[in-house]
Amino acid sequence: MAVEEVESRLLAYGHTACAGCGEALAARTVIEAAGPDVIIANATGCLEVFTTRFPRSAWRVPWIHSLFENAASVASGIEVALKALERSDEAKVIAQAGDGGTADIGMGAFSGMLERGHDILYVCYDTEVYSNTGFQRSGLTPLYAHTTTSPAGELTWGNATRKKDLPSIAVDHGAVYVATASVGYPQDITRKVKKALSLSGPKYIQIHCPCVPGWGIESHMTIRVARAAVNSGLIPLFEIVEGNIIGVRKIKEDERVSVEEYMKLQKRFSHVLKSPRGKDLIRQVQSIANLNIEKFGLLGINE
Amino acid sequence: MKQVFGIVVQPGTSREEKKTGWRVFRPKFKQEACIGCRNCHMFCPDGAVYRIDKKKFDADLDACKGCGICAEMCPVDDIEMLLERN
Ligand SMILES: Cc1ncc(C[n+]2csc(CCOP(=O)(O)OP(=O)(O)O)c2C)c(N)n1
Repeated sequence: MAVEEVESRLLAYGHTACAGCGEALAARTVIEAAGPDVIIANATGCLEVFTTRFPRSAWRVPWIHSLFENAASVASGIEVALKALERSDEAKVIAQAGDGGTADIGMGAFSGMLERGHDILYVCYDTEVYSNTGFQRSGLTPLYAHTTTSPAGELTWGNATRKKDLPSIAVDHGAVYVATASVGYPQDITRKVKKALSLSGPKYIQIHCPCVPGWGIESHMTIRVARAAVNSGLIPLFEIVEGNIIGVRKIKEDERVSVEEYMKLQKRFSHVLKSPRGKDLIRQVQSIANLNIEKFGLLGINE
Repeated sequence: MKQVFGIVVQPGTSREEKKTGWRVFRPKFKQEACIGCRNCHMFCPDGAVYRIDKKKFDADLDACKGCGICAEMCPVDDIEMLLERN
């Protein structure tokens, strides 16, 4: 059919992401916000695999993949090379990875990038699970989610740990800009990417992206589920500039949902709802949301 | 001598793989009640939805995987998901 608008996107169609993939929408939103003058270093993971199935690529910008763990290091090298060649004004450097590639195996490289103060925007597409290899738990998997390595059974209720607070870790490294975003609100992603790229120094954006097969949802539910996560308080959306919270997305009174309503939408939590201990488990998850609501002041209106 | 370490492929070539065979449902943009909110355009994971006019959008079926997000996000029910027949 070849419609010009569709043909000319910076992240082209034809890639092999699942129908309804949250990560694909987030990545498209990020690159369309960043524009063509970027160089991307991509870690191994779904995004890398589905966009670059040999011998083709969906990218229309300079893009490189090396390993699972080293996107931040590769991006650091590119940034330093551009400086040495006095060509830093020609392209912004973006590193991108999944939650496993960022919070677990790529943690050291990520930390080094922040510590050395490179002028890089690091984007983590948080699917809360190692999507590409069949849904193993990561450091960003939430409490009580069933994954293949934190299975729900008679004596276990899924993932036993809380989501690692990676944004705070980035802030404590002295990142100039740290933000969370959700694929449920693409315009917010666009604004945050543009803002991050206008600042120099290390920047971190963590985008919450539902994974259709990993979370056990239908392909058309991606946005609904992403928004429910935000509006339950489990995924607070905020911006931190030089250590100070400068903005949060408030939860509108009529859009607020309980964590139970959010969990009900997804198969990965179905054991919780069925368990005789369900009420207690849900109460624990609700208390995480309540803490976020309090910490970031998510209710009420903006001053 | 020019040495290339790794593999270099051409940009945007994923478009050679049409997504027609992926769909169970296909979106039908009725183009009757559209209010121009752009939800379908903004939320399509594959960038398949294009703008014809302020209040007229459609999906490029080479790119569409039939996920149904556009239909779910349409506030005026102007997109219908129809079973693929071929
Ligand atoms: C050193 C190393 N260990 C394991 C793998 C296998 N592997 C490839 S992708 C992947 C999971 C990626 O998960 P994540 O970073 O969360 O990204 P997602 O697929 O969710 O986008 C794994 C374990 C690898 N490529 N390299």
